[in-house]
Amino acid sequence: MGAFFASLGNQLPGTLAQGLIWGVMALGLYLSFKILDFADLTVDSSFATGGGLCAILITKNVNPIIALCLSFCAGMLAGGITGLLNTKLKIPPILAGILTQLGLYSVNLHIMGGGFRDSKPNIPLLKFSEALIFTSPNANGAYTSDRTKTIIICALLCAALVAVMYWFFGTEIGNAIRATGNNEHMARAMSINTNSMKVLCLMLSNGLVALSGALFSQYQGYADVNMGRGAIVIGLASIIIGEVLLGRFRGFVMRCTSAIIGSIIYYLIIAIVITIGLSTDDLKLFSAVVVAIALAVPAMKKKKAKVAKAQSGKEA
Amino acid sequence: MLEVSHITKIFNAGTVNEKVAINDLSITFNDGDFVTVIGGNGAGKSTLMNLIAGVYPIDTGSIALNGEELSRLPEFKRAKKLGRVFQDPMMGTAADMQIDENLALAYRRGKGRGLAWGVTKKEKELFREQLSRLGLGLEDRMTSKVGLLSGGQRQAITLLMATLQRPEMLLLDEHTAALDPVTAKKVLALSEELISEHSLTTMMVTHNMKDAIRHGNRLIMMNAGRIIFDVSGEAKQKLTVDDLMREFAKAGGDDIEDRALLS
Ligand SMILES: Nc1ncnc2c1ncn2[C@@H]1O[C@H](COP(=O)(O)OP(=O)(O)OP(=O)(O)O)[C@@H](O)[C@H]1O
Ligand SMILES: [Mg+2]
Repeated sequence: MGAFFASLGNQLPGTLAQGLIWGVMALGLYLSFKILDFADLTVDSSFATGGGLCAILITKNVNPIIALCLSFCAGMLAGGITGLLNTKLKIPPILAGILTQLGLYSVNLHIMGGGFRDSKPNIPLLKFSEALIFTSPNANGAYTSDRTKTIIICALLCAALVAVMYWFFGTEIGNAIRATGNNEHMARAMSINTNSMKVLCLMLSNGLVALSGALFSQYQGYADVNMGRGAIVIGLASIIIGEVLLGRFRGFVMRCTSAIIGSIIYYLIIAIVITIGLSTDDLKLFSAVVVAIALAVPAMKKKKAKVAKAQSGKEA
Repeated sequence: MLEVSHITKIFNAGTVNEKVAINDLSITFNDGDFVTVIGGNGAGKSTLMNLIAGVYPIDTGSIALNGEELSRLPEFKRAKKLGRVFQDPMMGTAADMQIDENLALAYRRGKGRGLAWGVTKKEKELFREQLSRLGLGLEDRMTSKVGLLSGGQRQAITLLMATLQRPEMLLLDEHTAALDPVTAKKVLALSEELISEHSLTTMMVTHNMKDAIRHGNRLIMMNAGRIIFDVSGEAKQKLTVDDLMREFAKAGGDDIEDRALLS
């Protein structure tokens, strides 16, 4: 038992860092899934787009902060494509997302290869550890990953993103996006260009997802074309865990924050089950089950309330 | 002035489900006209309204509002000039947004939207004033989510939203049909008040013949995608439910609803 907690304790800083990085991804998914009500599967690939682009840029000696910004932009392009497929070509949301996701896989290989003709499935950043934002020099002067630095940077970034989102969704355009996600008929009757709002929201959403991927490749020191596989499930899990645990807090800031906290808790759960002895091969199955259960909670609560109501009605 | 000329709408053309919803229909609404529209189920009343609003495109013909051709504009662009209230009280408002946020969306109908605040302090004052005239106490609940309100309250807000920026034309599609009689009466009175206050050109669909006679200066009856009866002015004032029944029978519409008879 002591060994279990010691091992878990060792993992905590890493878990927290990972949770915060994926919290950025959860924020992105919050935009599409919650605000726009659009189940966007683009994210599984746009995460790797961000990760891959950031990594290749770092190997070309681009400033890592600029690499993060460009990754955000690349994610916006990916989201824009899904948006156009859906709004201009009338392809249903899920299918539009899947098409972009599939096509992006090849694009990601080329991005990581660094050209149209070259392609590569992964990029190690071992030789560039000095350039990464999450490393600092140790006693020997060698750059190694710095958990404390990672946590501080990511926590500040998450706070800044929540603040920007709070501002944006209080503006005229932000309200127009919310109305579009809430009631399209009404939005159009209010002279809102719902197509543009959808494209814009998907762009911002995938921008954040790609930023998260870029942060993640800097954190783990390599990029891989498969790094985003299952990202949508992790993002949804984060949002739902946050909702279930912190749902009684109201307000936009709290709901965004709860998605980030949900992400941290998700990685905590993963750390615990791995420490208990679950094989990493079984993680995806475990994640899917966690999300299925979390998704079922609201429905089960409703059913329970209904049954309770019916029973109290009978007694009366 | 809205000029609808020779419009046709066929749903599912070329299939077994082909349905001519609007059949070579022409009508002109003059400025300040308050037109009530009656007709049996499936007569094409909602479709006519949806074609004007641009929910779906017309097959042939043209629709011009104050000289500007509408029929090729997308729905959201036409909405700059149109105020709409739907039959379903859930359709006209965003349930997860606050009352003041909904009104602020309506306040920006037809205007550009940028990165300025979505609801300003000054607007809140205006909304409070406007809400208080509804007499529903909503002015003290401006930050409540609209989804928490009753159908009648939501419909009253939708009506306010449709007229917050003066529309060139107001379209009401059985907007009191889903409400209980007392609330329906209130919402109808509010409609009448807003219409005369802003002297709005209005088209109001109703299933209630008495309401159709009582309100407005002109009445049209539809059947099978056409207008079969159009009366205005003094003749409209003298109209009775019996007259309408006779007109309907004359057009071969044998099964006018019992609902209308009873009301
Ligand atoms: N989107 C659609 N697709 C196919 N058919 C449609 C569509 N909308 C309306 N119709 C058909 O067109 C006809 C006219 O419908 P509409 O809704 O305009 O009638 P209405 O006069 O409003 O009737 P009600 O009093 O029942 O509301 C009906 O036969 C209806 O089935
Ligand atoms: Mg109808």
